[in-house]
Amino acid sequence: MAGQTSGGTAARGLNMLTVQVEKQLGGLSVNVAFSTQGSATALFGPSGSGKTSVINMVAGLLDPARGRISLGDDVLFDAKEGIDVPVWSRRIGYVFQEGRLFPHLSVRNNLDYGRWMGGHKHDAREFDRIVAMLDIGHLLDRRPGKLSGGERQRVAVGRALLMRPRLLLLDEPLASLDAARKRDILPYLVRLRDEAHVPMVYVSHSAAEVRCIARRVVRLDNGQVAEIGGTELLDRQQPDMLL
Amino acid sequence: MFELSPQHWTAIELSLRVAVVSTLVAMPFGIGIATLLARTSFWGKSALDALVHLPLVLPPVVTGYLLLITFGRKAPVGAFLADHFGIVFSFRWTGAALACGVMAFPLMVRAMRLSIEAIDRRLEHAAATLGANPVWTFATVTLPLAMPGIIAGMMLAFARALGEFGATITFVSNIPGETQTISAAIYTLTQVPGGDAAALNLVIVAIFISFAALLASEWLARRAAARLHGA
Repeated sequence: MAGQTSGGTAARGLNMLTVQVEKQLGGLSVNVAFSTQGSATALFGPSGSGKTSVINMVAGLLDPARGRISLGDDVLFDAKEGIDVPVWSRRIGYVFQEGRLFPHLSVRNNLDYGRWMGGHKHDAREFDRIVAMLDIGHLLDRRPGKLSGGERQRVAVGRALLMRPRLLLLDEPLASLDAARKRDILPYLVRLRDEAHVPMVYVSHSAAEVRCIARRVVRLDNGQVAEIGGTELLDRQQPDMLL
Repeated sequence: MFELSPQHWTAIELSLRVAVVSTLVAMPFGIGIATLLARTSFWGKSALDALVHLPLVLPPVVTGYLLLITFGRKAPVGAFLADHFGIVFSFRWTGAALACGVMAFPLMVRAMRLSIEAIDRRLEHAAATLGANPVWTFATVTLPLAMPGIIAGMMLAFARALGEFGATITFVSNIPGETQTISAAIYTLTQVPGGDAAALNLVIVAIFISFAALLASEWLARRAAARLHGA
């Protein structure tokens, strides 16, 4: 399939995200540099370590004071050259911790929102594939207000995927769910990593989640990169970080 | 017993026309100013805020007089509009609509501004990440979510326009068939002997219209809220 070929090359590293950013946020001094590799990279660290701020900078929701962000060959932000691609032109999917579905639109229209804004034609096969992957077909005509937490997050993932992102950011997508719900949704996220053909950056403070999903881990502490490596660095974490 | 002269039917029709037209014409300006006040900060914002609220505080007669010396046939703005666009306000029903629109504007902007300020901006950020530029975000997220407040603002403006008296009579006088609204007609009737019965009939009509408008807006606002929260 043509779509899979291009997505496959992206997952193999063509759309590598390279981040080097600095910003003072209240008492937290963020100074972070890393690049992604392969299909799933985790930003891992305790709350308040600057994980969300970093991906907000990648998405364009927060401006770094200094630095450079690039995705593949495309420079999204460069303080020195005065480049700052606006959020709506970056084509980076974002799954927020609280879902942030539009309450006035049905699930189907939430899913279609990115396609409308991007001016893409309806692609029934792609729509059906993602709806089936996330198992949200029975929810399409409902309003977000009537969904459970887990359903809401699956729809949020689908909405971000259907905009055809070049990169997918997930900010603690399971944090608002109870343990049983987390176990229900994790397999969908693993499928997402293996089937969606979009590189993803997964933000979490939970070592267990990160171990399931990411291959490469960037550990943040107090606004700085503490270490970068494979999932083996999760083994050295304090016990309270393990779930 | 309940009888209305043709002149009073005209006053009722005129009141409704003036209230509807002033509300509809003021709406886009109201949404614009409310958004400006709710979402941006700029030099002179408090001055604009004060200016918008001025008709609420000033005696209506003062507002009417200010309109007269600005939009009258020989006044600078009035003459310009008449010569270049053929828009005449003085002693016309359009002038009554202008006066009502100005008097109702602060109430309209207040309700709209509150509802825009109450919107979760994180939803707008989500729209931006999905590719919506600020104009599309406003049209597809901000406006629909602010709809209950926009309806409430229009309702308040409509009610204020129906009740407007001082500014209107100062600006465009009290001409039967042209600028004599229900309020002005009631006022005239109370000034002539034997006008009490007719005045009472008009009062009943005014109460009826206001009541119907309140019920309609309540229904609309409830529907809009239900749409937002998924019914």
